[in-house]
Amino acid sequence: MRFSQLYNYEIAIFLSMIGFYVLVSRGNLVKKVAGLSMFQTSVFILYISMGVVQDGTVPILVDGVRVYSNPLPHVLILTAIVVGVATTAVALALIIRIKEAYDTVEEDEIHEQDRSF
Amino acid sequence: MISSAVTLQLPALQVALPLISAPLGLLLRRHRLVWALAVVVCWMSLAISWLLLQQVLAEGTISYAMGGWAAPWGIEYRIDAVNAYVALIVTGIASVVVPYARRSVEQEIDEGRITYFYVLLLLCFTGLLGMTVTGDAFNLFVFLEISSLSTYALISLGRDRRALTAAFQYLIMGTIGGTFVLIGVGFLYVVTGTLNMADLADRLPEVTQLRTLHTAFAFLVVGIGLKLAMFPLHLWLPNAYAYAPNAATIFVAATSTKVAVYALLRYIGSVFGPVISYEDVPFGEIAIILAVIGLLSCSFVAIFQSNVKRMLAYSSVAQIGYILMGIGLASKTGLMASLLHLFNHALMKAGLFMAVGCMFYRIGSVRLDDLRGIGHSMPWTFAAFVLGGLSLIGVPLTVGFVSKWYLVLAYLEQDLWPLAFVILFGSLLSVIYVWRVVEVAWFESPSPRAAEAREAPLAMLVPTWILLLANVFFGVQTELTVGVAGLAAQILTEGLR
Repeated sequence: MRFSQLYNYEIAIFLSMIGFYVLVSRGNLVKKVAGLSMFQTSVFILYISMGVVQDGTVPILVDGVRVYSNPLPHVLILTAIVVGVATTAVALALIIRIKEAYDTVEEDEIHEQDRSF
Repeated sequence: MISSAVTLQLPALQVALPLISAPLGLLLRRHRLVWALAVVVCWMSLAISWLLLQQVLAEGTISYAMGGWAAPWGIEYRIDAVNAYVALIVTGIASVVVPYARRSVEQEIDEGRITYFYVLLLLCFTGLLGMTVTGDAFNLFVFLEISSLSTYALISLGRDRRALTAAFQYLIMGTIGGTFVLIGVGFLYVVTGTLNMADLADRLPEVTQLRTLHTAFAFLVVGIGLKLAMFPLHLWLPNAYAYAPNAATIFVAATSTKVAVYALLRYIGSVFGPVISYEDVPFGEIAIILAVIGLLSCSFVAIFQSNVKRMLAYSSVAQIGYILMGIGLASKTGLMASLLHLFNHALMKAGLFMAVGCMFYRIGSVRLDDLRGIGHSMPWTFAAFVLGGLSLIGVPLTVGFVSKWYLVLAYLEQDLWPLAFVILFGSLLSVIYVWRVVEVAWFESPSPRAAEAREAPLAMLVPTWILLLANVFFGVQTELTVGVAGLAAQILTEGLR
């Protein structure tokens, strides 16, 4: 019963943990960014879930409807999505330059090359 | 006399001016022009923040409704003594660093990328000022990300390829921090239904025992802690500072961690209030323990660095420890010491990094081996470094002494004299790492590179000395800083109401 009520929050936690795990455990920089993206996306789901009002409908004025979902978290998360996209773009751009400089995108190989300096 | 219409718009201008000038800089293309624009914008921002501080001191808190939307619905810019003071630090440092940056950047960054450097610097400046003046919890997150994203790009402009990996590492850690802040703000919204900081402060006392609130607190502290390099979350900092272009290092080291400390203070002092932060949640104890470990371990690590920029970076983490020790104490004197150290540490670290930047300009290295004998070939630059080092140690007549004095006083006030000894011991450790550089530079025969070096150009030397003389000036003339910091600490201990 409880699961069915809060399932979106549980999905958000699940997704964020997957993202975080990928971020920490993988040495490939692109995979790290994928994990980071997933972690951020889970927060978007968290925010969107917050805006839900029970039995509420889409927040557009319609005759005969009195209960609307809260649109504010949706607006906030639009901003956060933009931030997320920007972060991913900067990260990928950095990876391209790292690839040019080190000829690899594996974290351990990069450390190996720097140590020999 | 400035007309009252402009005076009313000052809080918006503080952010809008650098924000608009950043794309304008892209259009100008010629890097000398962009530099000139950046200098003008920084000086105007300094004037704005000075006027705002005067206004706050005379009339009290300023509330500005962005776009004309009234406070709880629209975004409010709320300026009191605390953030007017922080804005003054940020704009003041920027006003000195940007004129300095021209020569240093022309040498270190490829011709085609110099324009981007100033544009990114202006964006970072925008983000930091936005974080400082905003009174809206979500808006703070947005500005935090603006400043962070531009900082990642700034760091990656460094010549050394390790700048790229340092920027990437910072991006990962910084984004985790930013996302944690986002989660924290979301939880606050769930419990209160508002994002306005003053409104939050009003509503939170009704729900103090909710677990969601405590979770929000934890997420916010860890998220902001990553940004301010609170020990054990500081791992991104040494590499980022060491490999970024010198001008970027100076700006970031002197401002971005300071603004993050401000954000932390704003949340624990104003939004959550002292009761939740220090009594319901053991923030004070955690902060002091982490601060002491960070202070001692990072000072110790700094002693063994062979790269002077990296050494100063570790010393920055240690200095953040002093600031956190003051915050953790939850007393008015403690907060005041922390706020003073925000200002003072910005002055001394910017001065030190500028002196190091001057040496790098001439010899192209900041390794201790290459700095042998540099004190003879660049006497003025190295004298500046020594003066900055004395301030870092906390010798009387410098700013470092003022903030440490108040910090020790705050600890003695609470009868915590063992911790007061820790503060003095930390100073001793900084004597050792500053002395290592002095010994090498003054008392060893010159390295091949140092022997050929000439004194740094005046365009770099003058800004460096301006900051170092400010170190002495504010160390003797403490009226302004102590007065404003005292007022700010008063506001933070009372909460927003």
